[in-house]
Amino acid sequence: MRLSELDQGLSAVVQEVEDLTEKDPISRRLRDYGFVSGEPVRLVGRGPIGADPLLVQVGYTRFALRRNEAARIIVGEPA
Amino acid sequence: MSEAALPMRLALVGSPNCGKTALFNLLTGGRQKVANYAGVTVERKEGRFSTPSGRHYLLLDLPGAYSLDAASPDEIITRKVCLGEFPGESVPDLIVCVADATNLRLHLRFVLEVRKLGRPMVLALNMSDAARRRGIRIDVDKLQARLGIPVVETVAVRHGGAAELTRCLEREVPAAAVAEDSSDLHSQVRELIAEAVSMPRRTAEIDDAIDRIVLHPALGLVLLAAIMFLIFQAVFSWAEPLMEAIEIGVAHLGTWVGGALTSMPMLQSLVVDGIFAGIGSVLVFLPQILILFLFILALEESGYLPRAAFLLDRLMLGAGLTGRSFIPLLSSFACAIPGIMATRSIQDPRDRLTTILIAPLMTCSARLPVYALLIAAFIPQRTVAGIFNLQGVVLFSLYVAGIVSALAVAWVIKLLRKDKSEHALLMELPSYRVPHVRDIAIGLWERANIFLKRVGGIILSLTIILWFLSTFPAPPAGATEPAINYSFAGQLGHLLHLVFAPLGFNWQICIALVPGLAAREVAVSSLATVYALSGHEEGLQAIVASQWTLATALSLLAWYVFAPMCISTLATVRRETNSWRQVWIMAVYLFALAYVASLLTYQIARVLGS
Ligand SMILES: Nc1nc2c(ncn2[C@@H]2O[C@H](COP(=O)(O)OP(=O)(O)OP(=O)(O)O)[C@@H](O)[C@H]2O)c(=O)[nH]1
Ligand SMILES: [Mg+2]
Repeated sequence: MRLSELDQGLSAVVQEVEDLTEKDPISRRLRDYGFVSGEPVRLVGRGPIGADPLLVQVGYTRFALRRNEAARIIVGEPA
Repeated sequence: MSEAALPMRLALVGSPNCGKTALFNLLTGGRQKVANYAGVTVERKEGRFSTPSGRHYLLLDLPGAYSLDAASPDEIITRKVCLGEFPGESVPDLIVCVADATNLRLHLRFVLEVRKLGRPMVLALNMSDAARRRGIRIDVDKLQARLGIPVVETVAVRHGGAAELTRCLEREVPAAAVAEDSSDLHSQVRELIAEAVSMPRRTAEIDDAIDRIVLHPALGLVLLAAIMFLIFQAVFSWAEPLMEAIEIGVAHLGTWVGGALTSMPMLQSLVVDGIFAGIGSVLVFLPQILILFLFILALEESGYLPRAAFLLDRLMLGAGLTGRSFIPLLSSFACAIPGIMATRSIQDPRDRLTTILIAPLMTCSARLPVYALLIAAFIPQRTVAGIFNLQGVVLFSLYVAGIVSALAVAWVIKLLRKDKSEHALLMELPSYRVPHVRDIAIGLWERANIFLKRVGGIILSLTIILWFLSTFPAPPAGATEPAINYSFAGQLGHLLHLVFAPLGFNWQICIALVPGLAAREVAVSSLATVYALSGHEEGLQAIVASQWTLATALSLLAWYVFAPMCISTLATVRRETNSWRQVWIMAVYLFALAYVASLLTYQIARVLGS
């Protein structure tokens, strides 16, 4: 499942971040932010227009990610 | 220690918003901008300080970075300084790595990345006050042992909050850091946190509670609109009494000084018609500018701005921008120059350029005097719908007009652009903070200073120059019209009038537009001088109200929404984009929009009978 498909308020665990292009700068930045395998994430909220962007918690930080950014993040059930 | 030795060079390096600049200000007594969002500092800044034992240091404040693999122009500066690639600058002797103690999962990764550079380094765990309040416990000794570098706790916003750091600097010069050669920094961070940090809750409870309201899809937008509207109401209604006081004060002073100079009519005219009429007319806007800044400063420190960016991102994306453009654009309400500088924190060069190009459409505080003058002269002081001040409503709509046109221009740029690949948002939302009254007071004081320096510097000089140009050459003998018609400025005004007559501008306005290029407020002081020299005795507002038609006033308002009337902005664009082409594009499109908007406004208003 992709992070963009997660229901609001639910948690999951990151499996990997896909590169859409070679050396995808967005994916690289997501990994810097802590979206790496095994990391718990939670979808905290959604933007008012088109439910975009998403408010995502990873580690101790909240990030605003657009849907297509969050779609790069493959997540699974929490362990 | 020998006094001749060069001071040791320290560099503050760390993730965005961890408090580097606050620490810099605390140590050096500097006044660099501190605010609660990522990407405040976009330049390398330098300061000096010495420790109690008399050692001297040179301290660099750098932009925050999530990684040395830089993604935006501000991060590139940090990367270059750390690697010793910054032009004219050697590698710092010691890296003071700063991390937010409440945000270690994110910040420690960057600390480890910096440690891999193998340079001498200390780690400052900043915001230790906030960490303690949240019940976060950090075993500093263990962290120090595991990292192999000195670790100290700091509170950058408290007097004496850097004492541990200065003590550490005095004790020893840390040796170059050594990193175990394991590549995965994330798992190292996890281990470090598991061993040395106890975190009762991942985020602050209060932040979650506030975000539930502030980021609520419906409530959030209502709140955002209410905050913006409140600001404009306040700018008009709170400033009123203060403005009157300044006006009366300046008028009295002018009469008194003028009375003392009756024996020297030429000098009297310069002082009364030139300096007092000109400067006084600008000075009255100080209260409004300060009220605007009061709100901007409080919002910046609260952590609300990135939330507003979150709420508006989708809207801005539709227009070809990004939520990240929100903060630079909001700063442009103060002045387009810091706004344009702030775009350095936008990673995508296309988003950055678009933001730069539309920044001048945000109504900067220098335009406020022009708007305020015309609104006060033509819009009745009335309450509408029970609570709203009509003048505030009109002012608000002028700001909205700027914003809407900015979105439209951004949209056109998006259509014209060939590269349609994805743009990024990826933005951190910081913890909320209660603004310190003292910091806001200092911020306002600085703003007042900047404004008064402008008034005493460029505005005063231009006013005096304009007085000369409007006074000489003297009218020929037997002239019938007011003297100013024969002066250089008068002739220039009549010449420009040919171009601007279709917009409903009279020749007095045409004169005022020219010095307004150097500083927008001068348009107001120039009008005051020009009318004073034309023999009008009343205050500028009364003159405007009686001499101009409503159509002319509206047309001039429309002109000021767009006009590229500020040379320093164009110079900043040139510096930030490194391209004259962009400067030309900006100047031409703004001028064209201004002309068309004024033309339409004037002609339509006339048809409608005003
Ligand atoms: N409670 C608390 N707040 C702090 C401390 N240090 C900084 N702050 C606040 O943290 C926010 C960020 O501070 P800055 O100094 O602008 O952070 P920075 O690291 O320079 O940020 P960038 O320039 O964007 O990288 C501001 O709101 C400060 O008031 C601290 O020790 N304790
Ligand atoms: Mg800073």
